[in-house]
Amino acid sequence: MHTAAGAEARLPIRSDMDLVWVRQHVRQAAALIGFGLVDQTKLVTAASELARNTLVHGGGGQMEAARVSEHGTEGLRLVFTDTGPGIADLDRALSDGYTSGDGLGMGLGGARRLVHDFEVVSSPESGTTVRVTSWVTRPPRPREES
Amino acid sequence: MPEHEADGSPHTATPQVADFLRRRREQIAQRWADEPLFRTVFTVSRDEAVEAGKAVVDALAEVADAGRVEDPDAAGFSGVREQLARMGTARSRAGLSVTQVSSELSALWPPVDNLLLADLDQAPPEQVRTCAITLSRLLGTLRLVAMQTALSEGQALIDRQRMQLLEVATPVIKLWDGIVAVPLIGTLDSARSQVVMETLLNSVVEQHARFAILDITGVPTVDSLVAQHLMKTVAAARLMGAECVVSGIRPAIAQTIVHLGLDLGSVLTRASLADALAYCLHQLGTDIVDATPGGANLR
Ligand SMILES: Nc1ncnc2c1ncn2[C@@H]1O[C@H](COP(=O)(O)OP(=O)(O)O)[C@@H](O)[C@H]1O
Ligand SMILES: [Mg+2]
Repeated sequence: MHTAAGAEARLPIRSDMDLVWVRQHVRQAAALIGFGLVDQTKLVTAASELARNTLVHGGGGQMEAARVSEHGTEGLRLVFTDTGPGIADLDRALSDGYTSGDGLGMGLGGARRLVHDFEVVSSPESGTTVRVTSWVTRPPRPREES
Repeated sequence: MPEHEADGSPHTATPQVADFLRRRREQIAQRWADEPLFRTVFTVSRDEAVEAGKAVVDALAEVADAGRVEDPDAAGFSGVREQLARMGTARSRAGLSVTQVSSELSALWPPVDNLLLADLDQAPPEQVRTCAITLSRLLGTLRLVAMQTALSEGQALIDRQRMQLLEVATPVIKLWDGIVAVPLIGTLDSARSQVVMETLLNSVVEQHARFAILDITGVPTVDSLVAQHLMKTVAAARLMGAECVVSGIRPAIAQTIVHLGLDLGSVLTRASLADALAYCLHQLGTDIVDATPGGANLR
């Protein structure tokens, strides 16, 4: 099924049940790429926040996951896309405790703190795209020596 | 749809097709036994696959007799419905997609069609055509029956598991006089959270509990929504006169909560269920006496 084939996937975000698949996929992909338990948990939690925003505020959309590598470092990139109303005031949306609904208002800012790279592109015409990437941080000593 | 099939329309040839199926029963079953759908499901012996094939041919003949070649609910199918479902489920368990299972079912048609054409070698072309069309409709319906049954089995299983999770995963355990605990397992979506809150509050009332422990060892992800649900539950329990303790926050989750910026300051937490119980007992004035060896010696 969609989670079996490695890190790459495009998953729909249309229901609460889809959020379960999103979390499950991100956890498996992160483990596959070599993230440790704490970093897996951070990524899954960030994905859970962003996917729920896609569903609740963006009216549904999708997540694309891809394995990326740069200068010999492996990473996982997640792109959440919706065609909803967009985020009018991004600074305010990112600030802790701001919610336009009845949430805690910690999702967007919290997700940014949980990943290495974080980028939002949003407009009323095209909706919202949030792109996050985290990199596997390895201990400096190579494995053979330990 | 099934009724006007039987009204003697000149374009159907259901009696001929039924006759053909009975006459060629053995050959059809033999050929099907070599098709992936039968070959991979009935692995004990080839005879087993042939027998299964014959049962399907018999069903098709009965449906054709009744003139209901396009009716998936035709009585003739009832005898093989379960067998078809088992075949479909076995194939999807083997990793085939719905489309792949469906095309394996379609692959049953060409061998039968070839036999039919060979049989009608001398017949007028018009008759050959109507027979072939009737047969292809009949096999189309067979495919529908198999897919329907397999899919509804899958859906029923999912629904059943979902209900079981809702119910089974929220038992409230009485740990002590005045202390109840809920070990939470799995995803705390909004529906689950609602059930948890209600069950917990009910048992607080029934057990006259002063303490309620929510153990989240089995919750894989704590995001802001889960935290919000936990805080609501704690606040509601407090209104009923019970103090909540959340236990089982694993180290990775604790670190994530901190980065996320969640403030669980209003919530009493303990590392493990045992720690939480010890805390509650202490508050109730029932300290656990350390049972060290020799502790029971009389002086
Ligand atoms: N995909 C999105 N589309 C539109 N608005 C969004 C989206 N994601 C976030 N927002 C806006 O940003 C606010 C803050 O988001 P977040 O920090 O996740 O808090 P919450 O989801 O609890 O409201 C939301 O209330 C919403 O107004
Ligand atoms: Mg949010």
